[in-house]
Amino acid sequence: MPTVEDYVARIEETCGEEKSAIVTFKYDKKDEAIARISKKATLKSSISGIISEFVFQDISFRVFSSGKAIFKGIKNKEALHEILSALLL
Amino acid sequence: MRNFYENHNANVHRAVHTLSQEATEMYENAREKIARFINAKDSAEIVFVRGTTEAINLVAYSWGLRNLKNGDEVLVSLMEHHSNIVPWEILSKINGFIIKYAKVNNDGTLNYEDFESKFSRKTKIACLSHVSNVSGVINDVKRIAKVAHEHGALMLVDGAQSVPHMTVDVQDLDVDFLAFSGHKMLGPTGIGVLYGKKELLEKMAPFQGGGEMIKEVSFSQGQDQCSISWNALPWKFEAGTPNICGGIALMEAVKYLESIGMAEVLKHEKVLTEYAVKRMQECSKVTLYGPSDLSLKCGIIPFNVEGLSSHDVALFCDNYGIMIRSGFHCAQPLHQVFKLQSSARASLYIYNTREEIDRFVEVLKEIEQV
Repeated sequence: MPTVEDYVARIEETCGEEKSAIVTFKYDKKDEAIARISKKATLKSSISGIISEFVFQDISFRVFSSGKAIFKGIKNKEALHEILSALLL
Repeated sequence: MRNFYENHNANVHRAVHTLSQEATEMYENAREKIARFINAKDSAEIVFVRGTTEAINLVAYSWGLRNLKNGDEVLVSLMEHHSNIVPWEILSKINGFIIKYAKVNNDGTLNYEDFESKFSRKTKIACLSHVSNVSGVINDVKRIAKVAHEHGALMLVDGAQSVPHMTVDVQDLDVDFLAFSGHKMLGPTGIGVLYGKKELLEKMAPFQGGGEMIKEVSFSQGQDQCSISWNALPWKFEAGTPNICGGIALMEAVKYLESIGMAEVLKHEKVLTEYAVKRMQECSKVTLYGPSDLSLKCGIIPFNVEGLSSHDVALFCDNYGIMIRSGFHCAQPLHQVFKLQSSARASLYIYNTREEIDRFVEVLKEIEQV
């Protein structure tokens, strides 16, 4: 049974502005993770295939082709984990 | 570093065997070299620490804990890195002294009039960064040190962003303490320096206890207690096994910088900064912060891109192999002065080129399309 941890290497809370979380996907799983997200979330915009802005369950977030994503305004780690579960699993 | 670990790896000041003697000689040579690099009078004024943060904490706890009391004042600027704010705030809760914060102008330069007006006979120490890690503004620490001494106060300078980039002469500046880090000047992480005037360090109690920092630990059976005497400077402040390889590697970094010449290092950065600012101003959605007079600053350029968070900008740049910081850069009060939620920061050093700046600006122009 796959888990969020199979895809996510690290989650870091950023400083400044509204609290954001940077999710770094595991290097060998990043393409699969981005593909899964693309299937489930709605693509709002994309620049050069490098940065893609998605909406999922009224939450807007950006995914970078380097294998990182930035989620803003998420309440806490548990809430972020729930969203990642819904997106990745 | 490889040479040290392969051929000379042993503890220092501990043993009579050859490896230990070699390691000790290399480590103490490093101290000598670094002392000359900042023109300290004596290598005993050079204490190896983990970095700038530990150096400032050493002063706070070793000097401040015993010399600051209720009613005293510590003067700090609002442009300080958290490492030059938090130790004093923690200590003030213990000792009850007051911290006064000197203002910063809207362009990031120090408000000298405000800083100087806050000195009084109650001021025991003034703490100021030589170069702001957010704006790159160079502070006239010599001027502030003079005023501090006129009021009978000490002067501590955070040199993390100045020592790697320009000639720093502690005797000319007449500062009492100078803290800096190895990893910002081509050295490894985990090594840094506290410079302190010998007469001050002599009077200070040790920061940490353990091996190496003692001369004698003598147990008296009759009194059932130990009598302890401290080692000489600088070892009194270096409890336990130090970062020997880090110190030696920092010496090599210093040698490399000296082979270029610190005046040349600064000149290169100034030229690149002027070029980078000029090119970044081509970007319509990019806002730059800091003084418009670039002679007041060195190669640190804070900015934001309209409509994007600093972290978005940093992640976008990362996609192109361009590494920039985003967030508060451990200087939240200065961001409050700038009325910013956060900022992105491009920083330049001797290894950067015009071509890299061109590439960076190309990427910024792409980001503007987001």
